[in-house]
Amino acid sequence: MTPMQAPVKSGPLRSEQIILFRIGEQLFALSSSSVQEVRSADSLCGGAYEISAPGVDKVRQFVRRGANTLFLVSGAAHFDLCAPDGILAFVLRNTRTALLVDSIEKMTAMTRLQALPLSFCHEERQWYRGLTALDQTVVPVVRPEGFLSDEELMKLDAALPPPESASEEPEAQDDNGDFGMELN
Amino acid sequence: MTFSSDLELKSFVLLRLGERRFAVAADGTAELVAPSRVFRFPHKTAKIEGVILRRGRIVPVCDIAERLIGKYLTSRRFYLIALRHYGQRTEWVALPVTGECELISAELTPASASDEPHVAGWLSHGGDVIEVLNLDALTPGSNEFLPYPAAQNEVGARPAHLGKAEASP
Repeated sequence: MTPMQAPVKSGPLRSEQIILFRIGEQLFALSSSSVQEVRSADSLCGGAYEISAPGVDKVRQFVRRGANTLFLVSGAAHFDLCAPDGILAFVLRNTRTALLVDSIEKMTAMTRLQALPLSFCHEERQWYRGLTALDQTVVPVVRPEGFLSDEELMKLDAALPPPESASEEPEAQDDNGDFGMELN
Repeated sequence: MTFSSDLELKSFVLLRLGERRFAVAADGTAELVAPSRVFRFPHKTAKIEGVILRRGRIVPVCDIAERLIGKYLTSRRFYLIALRHYGQRTEWVALPVTGECELISAELTPASASDEPHVAGWLSHGGDVIEVLNLDALTPGSNEFLPYPAAQNEVGARPAHLGKAEASP
């Protein structure tokens, strides 16, 4: 038999700040540096418009922010979880995704990220950067770019109404004291 | 000189799935571990139940019983930690098994063209003819290059494609 070695630890470990959040009962992690804003879904959806793109059922709303369009992605639908749409929205930096989640568990740090085992060989390879062990629990670390593929973005763009029809939409703001915070 | 003297004895681990026994090459196994918590998260790969934590590593749990004996294991199970090859790379996988395993030496009869891909060969032990399993054909996983580079163990070493938004603190 071949002994199974523990992972080699090389020098002092660097840490990465992460947000632990839930969609339904499922716990996920996301690098805090990839989250631009955390808002209540209500405040973001207040300025949202309906959209229906074939094959992209996880997106039902979008908001325009200046020249940019953000698509509200149901985390439950994306991960095929039996849960209603979340009440918090993570606006993900450098993407066109606002991810709807249920709750933030806590902010913490991870020091090790293990690649997703190669046995996982389907869409999850786009979904996750890897797995991390926190407090004897394994948590998948999501990939911010993995919520909308290029193909899905093309379908969504094709389904967008002309900009002028949404030109009077107010940019989502915190003018009602609703929960919202900017990160980084 | 007898025919059997030309054959080489090799070590195998006998594992039990329900009432049937199978074998895997001993040099492709690490240990038999007691049942532990399986961590589950969303994914789309059939036959992978989740992952277990073992010696600081995260090991996928792959149920091979359904394919080999036609049903999932319901009785108390152990996990046989075995190597799975993905092209040039290897990783550990945890195989749920029924009860204890046994280390034996036996002669391997190579598989024939008519055998299924998951059969690496056959051996005779205790009056039984036992399938030697080819885990690479039995468990999921692609041998092709994957679209994203593998994550690094230390979070400071980040893949370049992640860009500024993912830069380490």
